[in-house]
Amino acid sequence: MTFTLTATVPSRGVDVTLDVPEGRTLALLGPNGAGKSTALGLAAGTLRPHDGEITLDGRVLAGARAGRTTTWVPAHRRQVALLAQDPMLFPHLTVRDNVAFGPRAQGRSRRGAGTAADRWLDAIGLAHLAERRPAGLSGGQAQRVAIARALAAAPRLLLLDEPMAALDVDVTPALRQTLQHLLDDQTTVVATHDVLDALLLADEVAVVDGGRVVERGPTAEILSRPRSAFAASVAGLNLLSGTWTGDGVSTASGAVVHGYASHPGVAVGAPMTAVFRPAAVSLHLRDPHGSPRNTFRGTVRSVEPRGDLLRVRTDQLAADVTPQAVAELALVPGRTVIGTVKAAEVDVYPG
Amino acid sequence: MSTGRTTIAHDPAAAPTGLPRWTYVPAVVGGLFVVLPLLALGTRVPWTGYWTLVTSEPARAALVLSLQTAATSTALCLVLGIPLALVLARGRFPGRDLLRSLVLVPLVLPPVVGGIALLSTFGRRGLLGESIEVLGLQVAFSTTAVVLAQTFVALPFLVVSLEGALRTAGSRYDVVAASLGAGPTTVLRRVTLPLVWPGLVSGTVLAFARALGEFGATLTFAGSLQGVTRTLPLEIYLQRETDPDAAVALSLLLVAIAVVVIAVTHRRAAP
Amino acid sequence: MTPPRRVAARAALLAASAAVTLAGCSTAAEADTTLTVFAAASLAQAFEQIADDFEADHPGVDVLLNLAGSSSLAAQIQQGAPADVIASADTATMDRLVTDGLVGVPQVFATNTLQIAVPPGNPADVAALTDLAAPGLRLVVCAPEVPCGAATTAVVGDAGLTLHPVSEEPSVTDVLGKVTSGEADAGLVYVTDVARAGDQVEGVAFPEADGAVNAYPIATVERTGRTADETELTEAFVDAVLSSEGRSTLADLGFAAP
Repeated sequence: MTFTLTATVPSRGVDVTLDVPEGRTLALLGPNGAGKSTALGLAAGTLRPHDGEITLDGRVLAGARAGRTTTWVPAHRRQVALLAQDPMLFPHLTVRDNVAFGPRAQGRSRRGAGTAADRWLDAIGLAHLAERRPAGLSGGQAQRVAIARALAAAPRLLLLDEPMAALDVDVTPALRQTLQHLLDDQTTVVATHDVLDALLLADEVAVVDGGRVVERGPTAEILSRPRSAFAASVAGLNLLSGTWTGDGVSTASGAVVHGYASHPGVAVGAPMTAVFRPAAVSLHLRDPHGSPRNTFRGTVRSVEPRGDLLRVRTDQLAADVTPQAVAELALVPGRTVIGTVKAAEVDVYPG
Repeated sequence: MSTGRTTIAHDPAAAPTGLPRWTYVPAVVGGLFVVLPLLALGTRVPWTGYWTLVTSEPARAALVLSLQTAATSTALCLVLGIPLALVLARGRFPGRDLLRSLVLVPLVLPPVVGGIALLSTFGRRGLLGESIEVLGLQVAFSTTAVVLAQTFVALPFLVVSLEGALRTAGSRYDVVAASLGAGPTTVLRRVTLPLVWPGLVSGTVLAFARALGEFGATLTFAGSLQGVTRTLPLEIYLQRETDPDAAVALSLLLVAIAVVVIAVTHRRAAP
Repeated sequence: MTPPRRVAARAALLAASAAVTLAGCSTAAEADTTLTVFAAASLAQAFEQIADDFEADHPGVDVLLNLAGSSSLAAQIQQGAPADVIASADTATMDRLVTDGLVGVPQVFATNTLQIAVPPGNPADVAALTDLAAPGLRLVVCAPEVPCGAATTAVVGDAGLTLHPVSEEPSVTDVLGKVTSGEADAGLVYVTDVARAGDQVEGVAFPEADGAVNAYPIATVERTGRTADETELTEAFVDAVLSSEGRSTLADLGFAAP
């Protein structure tokens, strides 16, 4: 375990435990205000824990008990580099000097630092921009330089705080690939609300909500079998939690959801989760009779484009339907609709 | 440097919007109010024999003393003012706002009052004066007193400029630099100060100009002796008694120095 | 705030001032006569007293005092300032106005001599003019460019002394300030300055001071369009300064008779 963090910050309502094995990447997935940035701040040394301990390679970076700091390593001695959504390149330095900043600050000679910077600029494919000032770069270029600058500082731990959030959609795939390649052996924590970041960059995902880690596991597993509402929503899935009745999941609203249970032998009353894709949902104005379906009565909250379809959100679920259907049913916010899902489309599993 | 962003400001095709036309009227009046007296001063200058007037022995002594003391005061302002501005902008301690207000007081204080305050501190019967006297040092009537007086009135100009620039710049870049392994002193030298460079330069120019023009506190605290404490403003004031022509000639010299200093540094500081 | 009451108060004030104006008109013919007197700053106290006395003797006459350095006053008159009388602290300034034909015949109404001012207790034990040449003594004098400095140069030259002042101030007030604050051990100022400073300084008289007597001349200022009454009043003020009453006022403040 090279990086561990167990800390509370009561003033921000945060109480998290994280660990990242050597060379691995952990994604902190969660909505805005969930406590992701607080966790990164604790690791970077811009925030003090009220209680807890943060270690890197067995060295205690920060320790506190009941508001009293017992150990404190200042940010510049932590070997923890932070990359924010804004590239924050030093505007008065050239691109090369920006990348050479870390090595220089750590005592490398001007030449040694320059050589290291050139190597990193090569790696991100921007060697030709070495003499430019940051003001002359595009947003995507600037963020790549910021990544090179962070990595050139040879951090034991790299922190990425929403690294794609400020960029145009059309440059993010390329940047994600660059990161994927560069982060191979780098111990990294990436905070994001974008499931693609988690999917492509991270080995493991910790879902953070309300200041706590609500779910933790290998990326693929979390995204295919989400147990928390946020993980499900970012995974693009409908998720309903309840208890097992023997042939369905009884939810808090009283509905019973039937589906395909892949884990036989679950006790009646045990917590269960039902998951289904929005595309599996059909919408109607009146109760359809006939084939065995799950039905959910609800009120339309929003209608947004989603590829060729429209995603209709009700207070209970999301449905992807055709524009024609939306027009025929006159689906506007406030209208009552009934969503139906075939039991075969619903995945039910314990948790 | 020619990047896309910096050339936009000079784009001849740019059509600026916004300023209401009437603002030009008071703006022109305001501009004239400052420029006209300077031009009027020029009309009074005895151009024939100007060179003789400004190169007389007392005038040369005053000019040299003014430049030396103003330069020394400015250096002192930088040494004391940069840390002071940093502490006021970034430090966290009780009474910071009060300290900020107090440091700015010399800005609004009549210079004579500043001189009396300095006398009360460094004078023979002043707060520190006796201990200084014990050390065998004499501040009053010395060039040191001139430098102290100038520093006292000029320091707030540097601190205000720099502190404002520091607040505007914020500390986000400092956090990034620290996370790259730079210690606090390296961050200050390579990131914080370069980012507020224009503010630092303009603060330094203001401090130098204020030191150069200092009169009241110097006269009250340091006295007036040729080559020791009689700076250019004091020489002008004295010459006015007997030789108004010389006073005008020296005034023009002072204005010229101020204009040159501001012009040169302004160009240097511009991106 | 109660606006109606404020308006009422203002109206009452207007009515009252109107009544005063009317009463003034009905009782005195000279009601609107104003006499403008330019006087050297060192004469401030003496001339305020003399002006008060003059106003008491001449009901309806208002004496307006403009107090400044003699050279500033002369410059103002040269540029056409409306003055009736000028009293200068030195004859050189007055002579310039005479040459320009701007004033009548000047008359000397008071004299002043130098005195050594020392801080209370006289810490440096200054007893005579020669003591001012002692090494290590912090002496402050007027710059030779100003009248008190010219007097200093004359007195010191006559005595065959060379002084090494720590400061040559542009005005006698600045010299006095350095002594009252205790920064200087001694300063050369006028007798009247020592008198004015009260117990903040002590005066040390010295016989050589008589070698440079500073004379204060007064003169009427030439001005067109003055009525006969006004001319009479202008001359009356000059007479008041020269009168025995005026002289005693001046003597109380340390001025000597011419």
